[in-house]
Amino acid sequence: MKRFWNDLIKHYRYAIYEAKAELKAEVAESYLNWIWWVLEPFCFMLIYTFIFGYVFNTKEPFFSAFVFIGLTGWDFFNRCLTQSVKLIRNNKSLLSKVYIPKFILLISKMIFNGIKMFISFIIIIGMLFFFQIPVTVNILYVIPTLLTLFALTFACMTHLMHYGVYMQDLTNVVTIVLRMVFYMTGIFYNIENRLPARYINILMKGNPMALILSSLRKSILYGETPDVKWLAIWFVISIIIAIFGVRKIYKNENSYVKVI
Amino acid sequence: MEERDRLEEQSRAGAEDISEKQEGTLERDTLDEVQNEEESAIDEYNELTQDGEQKTYRSFEGRKTAISVRNVCIDYKSMKATSIKQSMLSLRKSKQEVFRAVRNVSFEVPEGQILGITGKNGSGKSTMLRAIAGIFSADSGEIDLHGHSISLLAIGVGFKNELSGRENIMLSGMALGFSQSFIQKKMPEIIEFAGIGTFIDMPVRTYSSGMHSKLAFSITAILETEIMLIDEVLSVGDQKFKKKSYDKMKELISKQDRTVVIVSHSISMLQDLCDQVIWMHDGEIIMYDRPEIVLPVYRDFMR
Repeated sequence: MKRFWNDLIKHYRYAIYEAKAELKAEVAESYLNWIWWVLEPFCFMLIYTFIFGYVFNTKEPFFSAFVFIGLTGWDFFNRCLTQSVKLIRNNKSLLSKVYIPKFILLISKMIFNGIKMFISFIIIIGMLFFFQIPVTVNILYVIPTLLTLFALTFACMTHLMHYGVYMQDLTNVVTIVLRMVFYMTGIFYNIENRLPARYINILMKGNPMALILSSLRKSILYGETPDVKWLAIWFVISIIIAIFGVRKIYKNENSYVKVI
Repeated sequence: MEERDRLEEQSRAGAEDISEKQEGTLERDTLDEVQNEEESAIDEYNELTQDGEQKTYRSFEGRKTAISVRNVCIDYKSMKATSIKQSMLSLRKSKQEVFRAVRNVSFEVPEGQILGITGKNGSGKSTMLRAIAGIFSADSGEIDLHGHSISLLAIGVGFKNELSGRENIMLSGMALGFSQSFIQKKMPEIIEFAGIGTFIDMPVRTYSSGMHSKLAFSITAILETEIMLIDEVLSVGDQKFKKKSYDKMKELISKQDRTVVIVSHSISMLQDLCDQVIWMHDGEIIMYDRPEIVLPVYRDFMR
């Protein structure tokens, strides 16, 4: 644990710079550059709003903002997890030349996707004004909710990165599982009034992503207090999983370079 | 000249010497030139040391130890990356093949010494070097750097292809543990030494393989660490850069407290630069002594 903090302090600058460089590289490649980071979730929001708002006639208040918040949070989680599987393999040339604590790569990826997420959050603020959504003090619950999201994401990433080194087709499994979780998280529908009562409880408490996204919506859109107790529980669970993950990485990171 | 050709063939067979391969047969004509140049370099060195024919050897008695390697073994288990299907199938047979790349190796390097490691392809030289650099740890035994900073110089450092050379310098430097401001300060020197002109602001993917290696060499050569590990890189670039990097190597080496470990197949280079030479064969140290003692035996062995 102490080693974790020491390494983090020693290398966090590298993680930040790497994330920035990565963003820059992505921008340099494309024609519309950073506008894509905004355009992509925005287009998906339009699609979902059209399909579910008009075709299936959903009666959710502020439905497009509802979808957009869901997508923003989900994209972060989804991208981080998918990218972590091949992280070691993709950084082979670097890792076989210098020693870097491997979890630093995870942190860098989280910063990379986190910056994209915060750009989306700026749009959400714009939407609050545009739809004249009343904002209450409850919006402050966004902070603990996001912390839980980060902890959860990091916890999942540590394990995925570790097993991704040894199993090349883990990506396929992860894609399927994530798609399943996507539909169980309620990105474009509200779990709490679309499902039979007995499933609501299971999903809202057993699926941390559903809990986190609905907490975000409650605090931002509807001025309600989220389920703080369960957020705290999932935060603690995530931290515990993350500790095991980091330990596992420390124990095995020396053999990563031999395998790839 | 004969053994040179033999050596070349040897290394040609291995994948390690990609650079030599790339340069292909054209190199053969220029080999004589290289030979001459290296010989003249040796002469120069001898003149510098003012010792005529005999190279003087510095004494390292009473010096602090920079690297100690004790009973180190490094295994490559058959932990190959597999697909899920394969790992399910292999649950039944639990036999695990182990390839021991480095077997029970121990040696010490005093501060300021230039150590050469030679041996045929696949004898564990590069593995040893990587273990010293901390990229993977030994399966048994101990490697102690006594708190010295270390960097490994090898062909093709981890560059990000989409980024410019300048940003890659920063990234590599930070990966080596230098601060941003320090690298910024050293940046002009690195760019100047690499000598790749306006390409420094272009994405690295547009570089030729030579420019790639030149930049990589410059980064590690200018951002100096107390211990430098050099893995077969002096064959990098064109004639001019070769000369330049050779001179730079000497300059680096001439600093009293810098410890250098060089892995190379080039007998003349080891002869010229090193204080001590290790000859490794199949993961074991066959000899560890002064170059004039080790190299003739090694040369005969390779014949």
